[in-house]
Amino acid sequence: MKRSNKIILSVLFNALLASTTLADGHIPAGVTLADDQTFTYRVLDEHSSVDPQVVEDVTGAEVVRDLFEGLMNQDADGNLVPGVATGYEVNENNTVYTFTLRDNAKWSNGDQVTANDFVFGWQRAADPELASPYQWFVELMSIENAGAVIKGEKPTDALGVRAVDDLTFEVTLSAPLPYFPQMTTHSTTFPAPGSIIEKYGNEWTKPENIVSNGAYILTEHLPDERSVRERNPMYWDNKNTTIDKVIALVINDENVALTRFLAGELDRTEVPAGQFPRLKKEHPDTAISFPRLCNYYYTFNLSDSGPEAFKDVRVRKALALAVDRKIITENVMAGGQPEAYTFTPAAVAGFTPPDTDMAKMSQADRDAMARELLAEAGYGADKPLSFDMMYNTSEAHKKVAVALSQMWKQKLGVKVNLANMEWKVFLETRGNQDFQLARGAWCGDYNEASTFLDLLDSESGYNDGKFNSPELDGLLEKAKASANASELYTQVEEIIAAEMPVIPVYHYAGVYMMDSDVGNWPVNNVEQNWYSKNLYKVAQ
Amino acid sequence: MRDARDRFFRNKAAIVCMVILALIILFVLLGPQFAKWNNEEIDWAALGDIAVLGVPSIESGHYFGTDPLGRDIYSRTIQATGTSLMVGLIGTAMAMIVGTLWGVLAGYFGGRLDSILMRIVDILLAIPLTLVVILILVVAGRSFVTLFIALGAVSWLTMSRIVRAQTLALKNREFIEAARAGGVSEVMIIFRHILPNLMGVVIVYASLLVPEMIFAESLISFLGLGISEPYTSLGALISEGAGTMAYGTLWQLAFPLFFYIAIVITMFFIGDGLRDALDPKDR
Amino acid sequence: MLSYTIRRLLIAIPTILILVVACFFLMHAAPGGPFTSERPLPPEVLANIEARYGLDQPLWKQLWDYLSNIVLHFDFGPSFVFKDRDVNDIISQGFPISLTYGFLSFLVATIVGVTLGVVAAIRHNTWIDYIAVSLGIAAQALPNFIMGPILILTFTLWLGWLPGGGWNGGQWQYLVMPVIALSTSYMGSISRITRSSMLEVLNSNFIRTARAKGLPERKIIWRHAMKPTLLPVISYLGPVFVYVLTGSVFVDIYFSTGGLGKSYVNSALTRDYAVLLGVTILYGTLTVVVNLITDLAYAWFDPKIRY
Repeated sequence: MKRSNKIILSVLFNALLASTTLADGHIPAGVTLADDQTFTYRVLDEHSSVDPQVVEDVTGAEVVRDLFEGLMNQDADGNLVPGVATGYEVNENNTVYTFTLRDNAKWSNGDQVTANDFVFGWQRAADPELASPYQWFVELMSIENAGAVIKGEKPTDALGVRAVDDLTFEVTLSAPLPYFPQMTTHSTTFPAPGSIIEKYGNEWTKPENIVSNGAYILTEHLPDERSVRERNPMYWDNKNTTIDKVIALVINDENVALTRFLAGELDRTEVPAGQFPRLKKEHPDTAISFPRLCNYYYTFNLSDSGPEAFKDVRVRKALALAVDRKIITENVMAGGQPEAYTFTPAAVAGFTPPDTDMAKMSQADRDAMARELLAEAGYGADKPLSFDMMYNTSEAHKKVAVALSQMWKQKLGVKVNLANMEWKVFLETRGNQDFQLARGAWCGDYNEASTFLDLLDSESGYNDGKFNSPELDGLLEKAKASANASELYTQVEEIIAAEMPVIPVYHYAGVYMMDSDVGNWPVNNVEQNWYSKNLYKVAQ
Repeated sequence: MRDARDRFFRNKAAIVCMVILALIILFVLLGPQFAKWNNEEIDWAALGDIAVLGVPSIESGHYFGTDPLGRDIYSRTIQATGTSLMVGLIGTAMAMIVGTLWGVLAGYFGGRLDSILMRIVDILLAIPLTLVVILILVVAGRSFVTLFIALGAVSWLTMSRIVRAQTLALKNREFIEAARAGGVSEVMIIFRHILPNLMGVVIVYASLLVPEMIFAESLISFLGLGISEPYTSLGALISEGAGTMAYGTLWQLAFPLFFYIAIVITMFFIGDGLRDALDPKDR
Repeated sequence: MLSYTIRRLLIAIPTILILVVACFFLMHAAPGGPFTSERPLPPEVLANIEARYGLDQPLWKQLWDYLSNIVLHFDFGPSFVFKDRDVNDIISQGFPISLTYGFLSFLVATIVGVTLGVVAAIRHNTWIDYIAVSLGIAAQALPNFIMGPILILTFTLWLGWLPGGGWNGGQWQYLVMPVIALSTSYMGSISRITRSSMLEVLNSNFIRTARAKGLPERKIIWRHAMKPTLLPVISYLGPVFVYVLTGSVFVDIYFSTGGLGKSYVNSALTRDYAVLLGVTILYGTLTVVVNLITDLAYAWFDPKIRY
């Protein structure tokens, strides 16, 4: 317990420190700013909502982080920095957090942002009547009575949040949660303007009605085409904001988006799979790649409906060993993705990957070992292993699936039947254990290993492969309250490496074409929580 | 009938296209004999730098180059052309049979039957194809047969409307009325007089359907019904190639597109020749 | 004629009702619902969501509520995916866009296609015919997912003449590429059908009779040949008209036009029930109306057709 207190205090200290440096502005000396401070970026699809408590997609969350500001923000490295709150204190048993709000935070209509706006927002997020899909996040935060409020057993004001006074917001947790402060950067926890929501109902997020407390206000929204947000003059730190206007253009096709980027219509777009090396050569300043907090794996069906062969750990290991991850990351995806030998990405804060044999071996040794294991398990030329492998329809997933199946075929003589499926059918099929080997991927909800490892907990609703290891469950349970979770997570990964319930393939990278005049893009923020107010554009 | 054959063989363009179509089929059948790589094998060496090592070359054995995964486009195009030709022809044949019967029945007998049949067409035209395909996938599972059911389910609707309109126009013509007055049975009138006079329009529309079917297949396969990796089709190869056309690997689009265009052209002129040949000129 | 029209309009109501009911049950039979996601929701959260959208009710009740909301309030329900918008919003935003570029594409495809077809048939087997036929084949051979990238590469990247996508209230710069991409393949098909239909008509007895009477060729074509030529073209144009009006998903994807085509296809993929039903009703109504109009047009093109 003592130790986690220390961590939190140091976070607080860092936060205060960062705030003083930020006050001087985020633009390095000697930089000449461009006259036109408009940042235009491509989004894959229309956002689901800009209502902070309702939004559920990454694209929408990016917009919401600009429009609204929560208690804490993240800096370019993902560390906590003050948002509306200038800091917080926590009681001795780590269950009551008290946030102090700044007195100059304002809504875009000039009203003061008060603790009551947070109380309203948090209660709203848990309210069964709003029925936000992100109610699970409120449960995850372990706020007192969250479960009962969500189930409708208690009124929303029973939720463990309270406005002590206008500038003091207090949260009571049902159990200590080491990463709770990190969670206050998530859009679900942002304040909401009660009077406006009451006045306009469902229409409150329309550009003509919306009132927000972030650095930007929504000024235009043409669904499936564009959304525009412009500087909010009421924002408390408006004088340190540089970008005047942010435009998100919806472009579904990544190749078209790249063409439009090259034509100068965009400042940022994603690089299509396989194109990074060429683009890096042609545009060295523009093509960038950095690790992200997402994994990519194939999961064995270990339930009763799964094939007999996969119940043999030697078969699972053989298949995992024969995957040449270097080819996948360097030649197929080719976007600087890290090779994956663990389920948790190495980029996760405070996570030390275990020293597994597999990671250290050469690919030739791995292949040899794979052949041996498979032969031991009784599969060979006279009795070839054969199974079905499914993935959801997508150009990149197809490439990976084909490459894997060919590696297994050529090295191990395994016959693989590939099947692609439309997304919802895929999810339903995988969720019903109606598969043999299926693609999976997961992006962290917060920057801590449990967000990944919980997937393999036998109780988890996300554990589609139905891997069941009491030892692993026990370690994860222990980690929740432990001061030394990091070591436990390493042990969990050792179990995964030994049992191989999943085949980690690679960890995602953010692979972008980013106009070289865009300054301060937070490449070190593995969650990619970026704020337009921290960016700037250089004159060229 | 002999007349028709003579007329068809006098149409030079149609004959040339018949020969081209035969060559394409021959290529599909014999092409694999000359391939150095099969349609699913990945050339791991080429995978490192497709734009350089994946170019079409006799030396590397990739006569048509490789796809973005280092697989041989020559072999893949052969397999895709065979698949797509079959999909196009069988799908179109189904549309011809169902659509023509449906349209003739509605148009010729008219009244309540017409109303029921055509309202069914209206409904089917408006039902979202995606849903229908997903349900076929769920109920019947993935196979070549279900792919054809899905293709057939959508392709005959416009055909039936065209046929019905022509039948409406035909049934009031003097020669039909004369036949009816002469005591010829309705079934006989349909087979002797209506259907032959419809052939022109049906064949022309069918020749348009072949390319449409080829692309409908790639949509259906996208949803998970039909052809799955490592097998492919012209529709899939072309849309893949179209995406990467600006990346210096134009051959990935060019070769499949060449075969597709060849099929479109042959269908055009063979359709034309057949229409000319079968035109009864007795109206 | 009038009574036929009235009868058809009356039948339209049960037709669309059947369409809605069929689509409703197909939709619920498809695996996965609007809230199936990679991250399965806890049961209590799912229960709240289902209660909010009435999905916890028995299916017949859901259908009944849906239909009565339409009849009583003209309310097509909320979108399950785009939480800030309802179906009325989505259709009223997307349909005018689809209508604009769709109608223009339809006009271009029809006018150019029919002209090419007629000219080719009149000058059968001359170089004019060959050029027209080649143009038709070329148009048909370039499906819109090749046209899309080619147009953007050419006009946006290399020439820099046109914006690469967007709508901007439908200014002409934003319309050019969608209209070209959408109209070409239809243009090819229309010219093809027109040409062979015209050839057939020009070979028929009544045209030969007219020629024998010594009527000038121009008059024969305009007065006598044109109407029967267009009969099969009209049947083809009906469904095409509906299809381009509700928007092509390819155009919306490649040119970010924000039309209804993408909403339609996406709503089926995301199981956004209300959006899918709403757009299907619009689509169905258009189909019924357009097919009625084409049926009436038949009678005008061929006075012998009577209902």
